[in-house]
Amino acid sequence: MKPAKFDLEKSTDLGEAISALGQADGFAKIVAGGQSLVPMMNLRLAQPDSLVDIRALHDLKRISLDNGQLYVGALTTHAMIEDGLVPDATQGMMQRVARQIAYRAVRNRGTIGGSVAHADPAADWPTALLALGAVAVIQGANAERTMPLGDFQIGAFTVALEPDEVILGFSIPELSADARWGYYKVCRKPGEFADSIGALVIDPARSFARLVLGATDGAPLLLPPSAADKIASSGADGFDIAAARAVIAEAGATFEEYETQIHGAALSRAVQGAFAA
Amino acid sequence: MTQITITINGERISAEVEPRTSLADFLRDDQRLTGTHLGCEHGVCGACTVMVDGVPQRSCIAFAATCDGSEIRTIEDFDDDDVMGDLRDAFTAHHGLQCGYCTPGMLATARDIVTRLPDADEKRIRLELSGNLCRCTGYVGIVNAIKAVLAKRKG
Repeated sequence: MKPAKFDLEKSTDLGEAISALGQADGFAKIVAGGQSLVPMMNLRLAQPDSLVDIRALHDLKRISLDNGQLYVGALTTHAMIEDGLVPDATQGMMQRVARQIAYRAVRNRGTIGGSVAHADPAADWPTALLALGAVAVIQGANAERTMPLGDFQIGAFTVALEPDEVILGFSIPELSADARWGYYKVCRKPGEFADSIGALVIDPARSFARLVLGATDGAPLLLPPSAADKIASSGADGFDIAAARAVIAEAGATFEEYETQIHGAALSRAVQGAFAA
Repeated sequence: MTQITITINGERISAEVEPRTSLADFLRDDQRLTGTHLGCEHGVCGACTVMVDGVPQRSCIAFAATCDGSEIRTIEDFDDDDVMGDLRDAFTAHHGLQCGYCTPGMLATARDIVTRLPDADEKRIRLELSGNLCRCTGYVGIVNAIKAVLAKRKG
């Protein structure tokens, strides 16, 4: 065995999980698929005093598509999205994102809620869901609340989740018929942690345009709306690496030179991809 | 300690486990099922891949305690499996292994490719195999073995 000692609480309903989190001594973490947390525990980068296992909570497995809103329960696995078991409300974007996450054996166990809660900058869902304009649905001891991912994602490995709160799922606006998306991930090897992620979602019918840069050293970066609006109105022509680097500079983000170049390439390729065929 | 009830290779087992015991350690050390191999122990190398509730998962980054109620199949349970029989023959014929350390995980992933993606081409096979590391073969033999089984099963 590799991890430091911890206590495990297996919860069978949501109330039990929340009270276990509230009563835990020391540092408690929720575990669902554990595909990001357990590797960190095996490397002892994470040493929680206790884990609350929420895999059995049916409240977190709901999936629906109503009135232009896709709802994906937090316990939905990447493989379920990859295999089309979640209704396609994003014109294939979520399916494409899911199939590039780690490896199939990891996607079979890892969950979308865990990915966002863990908030590894190199993970896919924090960037993809921010680009799609998703809202986190969160249950606390007394009330349910919602929070747009732009506010929820604070920094690397940090989200605005109170110690006794659980992510129930995500509400994601359905893309209109004439919407476009692009997603490009720079990885040295398929399934490895990303060096950069570029994501673009344009939905003219809803006047929605977002360009997001992921796999930085912090939370995914929502780039200035003017850049996404310009792409929405005049297309991808001219949005090369230099143009993407200019947008990164305009956002006030600074990286090492080689990182800026990789980020510029990821953004440019995401934008070009959104307008390809 | 945590009480679990788990089905391993068709046999229902009740056991007490320390929460931090990985499924892989439980299979190897408690159940003496040493066909499951441990390489990196953080989810990268794929040597520990086993079937959990019918699909391949990493046994090194799942705790035995969080697999309570699950049905596990390790490499030892595939002696009479048709697809695995074809894969074993093909791995032998195409030099799909040398030291054999990665082989249990390779076979688990290979079986998933053959059953889930019957139309996979070489590019897709290589993509799907990217989560299983082999330091002996250079992968050519493994990829050829999987291609041969896919072709055979198509008839």
